[in-house]
Amino acid sequence: MVDNELKIELGKQGILVTTIEELYNWGRRSSVWPMQFGLACCAIEMIATTMARYDLARFGAEVFRPSPRQADLMIVSGTVTKKMAPQVVRLYNQMAEPKYVIAMGACAISGGPFKQGYNVLKGIDRYIPVDVHIPGCPPRPEALIQAFMTLQKKIDGQPLTGEGRPRFLDADAQCEFPVPEQGAHDLEPPSNQGVWPVEIQGVGSRERRDIDGRQVSTDH
Amino acid sequence: MASSPYFSLAVLFLAALLFGLAPLGLAWVWARVFSPRKPNPIKNSIYECGLVSQGDAWVQFRSAYYLYAIIFLIFDVEAVFLLPFAVAFTGLGVAACISMLIFVLMLVEGLAWAWAKGILTWA
Repeated sequence: MVDNELKIELGKQGILVTTIEELYNWGRRSSVWPMQFGLACCAIEMIATTMARYDLARFGAEVFRPSPRQADLMIVSGTVTKKMAPQVVRLYNQMAEPKYVIAMGACAISGGPFKQGYNVLKGIDRYIPVDVHIPGCPPRPEALIQAFMTLQKKIDGQPLTGEGRPRFLDADAQCEFPVPEQGAHDLEPPSNQGVWPVEIQGVGSRERRDIDGRQVSTDH
Repeated sequence: MASSPYFSLAVLFLAALLFGLAPLGLAWVWARVFSPRKPNPIKNSIYECGLVSQGDAWVQFRSAYYLYAIIFLIFDVEAVFLLPFAVAFTGLGVAACISMLIFVLMLVEGLAWAWAKGILTWA
């Protein structure tokens, strides 16, 4: 293992030193292809990000794929209604590994201004693992580019073996994310316990429970 | 065998075949050996814009559509042959013009048949 200073020194002399891991991650982070998929107003900002002024192509991510089979990144850009949530989760499932998710805007993170709505999912991270959250309503294109760079940094830092390796290199990792169904009052189940370990307050119930399931208070 | 005039052709043919198949084979081996497989029923299901696919893709089409295919063919083939004919028209002899007219007449016959059959009227 060559330490960083020596690597920079060698670089100045015109010698490139690298590892398989670095090369592999460099390739992965330099061609993150998002899925062509927009949900609400945030999608307009997402479209603006890909156009000439903000030019997402600089990050190797301008190729929006019309099929989940060819996409690496899902940008959840907008309000996820409970009607739409099963489709979003199914599309995420149908993407090939490695796959990443950016939750763009307040709605995708938590429901945003529509959080109190009976038909709004309060954050897509209840069903699928989100890598980068961008706050904003809607976030500006610069914010989406920032999220891209954050995601690229995350991909760059992933080791290929041992602890902290990406899910697709882990034979035991859970890669199926159950698609919720429309129940009588809410989506069922209300969350995927694997990615959202907090129990969700039931409809009409005022109980609040902590992570271990103990009741912590009865008021709201 | 090497003295056969076709030997070099055979070698070239093999090389061309390998040139096409080798990348495919390499891609297949790469996918087999290096790409971790994570299949599951939801992932393997048919992509229908996120919805569950309804029914079967093996549906029957009405055979009556052959009429539209024929009419399309008449105009398509006609256009393909008329364009070079029009370009070379000034330099053509009488025989060439007559044979072209016969060809167009054959296609017009098809159109007349379709017309007589009444399929040009929108029902």
